[in-house]
Amino acid sequence: MEVPFWNKEIETLDRASLEKIQLERLREALVWAFRTPFYSKKLSQAGIKTSDDIKGLEDLRRIPFTVKDDLRRSFPKGLLSVDMSEVVRVHSSSGTTGIPTVIYFSRDDVDRWTDLIARCIVATGASSRDIFQNMMTYGLFTGGLGLHYGAERVGMTVIPISGGNTKRQLQVMKDFQTTALHITPSYLLHIHSQLQAEGIDLADLSLSRALIGAEPHSENTRRKIEDLLQIQAFNSYGLSELNGPGVAFECVYRQDMHVWEDAYIVEIIDPDTGENIEDGQEGEIVLTNLIREAAPILRYRTRDLAFLHAEPCPCGRTHRRLSRIRGRTDDMLIIGGVNVFPSQIEERIMKIPEVATNYQIHVDKKGALDRLTVKVEIYPKLFLGEASKLEALRQHIKEEVRSSIVINPVIELHEPGSLPVSEGKAKRVVDERPKE
Amino acid sequence: MKITQISVFLENRKGRLYEVCSLLGDNDINIRALTVAETESFGVLRIVVDKSDAAVTLLRDSGFVANFTDVVAIEVGDRPGGLASVLKIFAANDVNIEYMYGFVEKHSDKALLVFRFEDADFAQQVLAKHSISVVTRKEIEGL
Repeated sequence: MEVPFWNKEIETLDRASLEKIQLERLREALVWAFRTPFYSKKLSQAGIKTSDDIKGLEDLRRIPFTVKDDLRRSFPKGLLSVDMSEVVRVHSSSGTTGIPTVIYFSRDDVDRWTDLIARCIVATGASSRDIFQNMMTYGLFTGGLGLHYGAERVGMTVIPISGGNTKRQLQVMKDFQTTALHITPSYLLHIHSQLQAEGIDLADLSLSRALIGAEPHSENTRRKIEDLLQIQAFNSYGLSELNGPGVAFECVYRQDMHVWEDAYIVEIIDPDTGENIEDGQEGEIVLTNLIREAAPILRYRTRDLAFLHAEPCPCGRTHRRLSRIRGRTDDMLIIGGVNVFPSQIEERIMKIPEVATNYQIHVDKKGALDRLTVKVEIYPKLFLGEASKLEALRQHIKEEVRSSIVINPVIELHEPGSLPVSEGKAKRVVDERPKE
Repeated sequence: MKITQISVFLENRKGRLYEVCSLLGDNDINIRALTVAETESFGVLRIVVDKSDAAVTLLRDSGFVANFTDVVAIEVGDRPGGLASVLKIFAANDVNIEYMYGFVEKHSDKALLVFRFEDADFAQQVLAKHSISVVTRKEIEGL
């Protein structure tokens, strides 16, 4: 198999040289971190006074973890290390409790990130000959713009169509004979069903590969995508705290994702004890960003569960591979590529007086797409017998939830006491999506 | 005279209507008239029964969401045009109906019509003026 590289020297660097780069860049990242209000306090509390206190990679463990709440509490500028005039891009994630998290990029940061994305794209075998339809949302979310600039750097023909508007997506695939997609797996399956509904034959299209990400999926889902659409699908991993997409990507062998270890230090820890776990054992992914000056992040607890492989990949890359994401340590749901915390839904529905105290969040699949159903019990004293008023209430709840999480939910009204309660504790979230 | 209709919230669950009806039946409460307002995700059962206070207490004690609504019941002849003759008077006198349903009574030549009016007092004045007698609470209890 032909194995294309974007930067062969770095991608196949021996372990010792790779670790040397990691140590140099970690020290530099510490210099950046000391310039932020958040880390200067956090590091000095941990007894780290300067970057010289980190003598070897083993000293990484002296650095305390950073968690999502730290980012929320530091909003908006606690993690900013440069003057705002040097920031060229802001990305932000929606907040679970109304407080978002924000990430800043300097011009060099965007350049380094873009280069990594180019590396990811080329690793999949895509090239400047590809017509690239970028179907991830553009905007504050990192997925759309991240791949956009990387694809331009590779020299692909980029169609910045963003997500949604399926009919138009199909038309564009046909008109421009798109060869490569960047898309969530669930949307890709939906695209397949719409191709069938519209009677569009795969032979009339030129699709050959899809870069899929932004939501966990199984190997079976990948195979299904590959069989149905007659393409190759490449898994990817990223999160905005660590720049966005491109932290890890599959190569042409499609046997788990290479973590770019010159750009990120990856650790797997026991989520309960915080202790590091050896390769091959599942635990929580912890990542340190070595390439972002404007908003440095050290030892970030992702809450994603996975394991690392150290054995060599047939492609020749020396960067270790990360397994599929096998779960989360918290209750976050990923619905149609969007991160949803049950607390966001609870907050909205509980302020409506007609809603009683029990509710249930239910996620399943309708065809290929994720479907969110919120079941609420109504408050009996406010039932006056009018079906139309209840229907209006249902619409009101729907709008409240939708405006908070940007997903259109199905709202079901239930009688008090009818939703299941187990061992005195209500079961709030039921995820019936097939795990495969 | 207004009579009492009982509205029961029915979540979209198999057998829920049966559960209401069997509960009433087991407790010797007789349904005089019935309709179900349905939406795509739930229903509201509307019933007129012989013992409405007892029925609501029973339903609530059994975990149902139930409430009272004032309605007006009229008896018309069970023959073609029976309902139309009443509706004609309402239309001519600007009486707005929110909803209505009908029931044929056994062993009689009458049909029972249950109306929920936008303005029940005004509707009753119109009915009185046209000498249309409404069914009393007592009559419902003894029907």
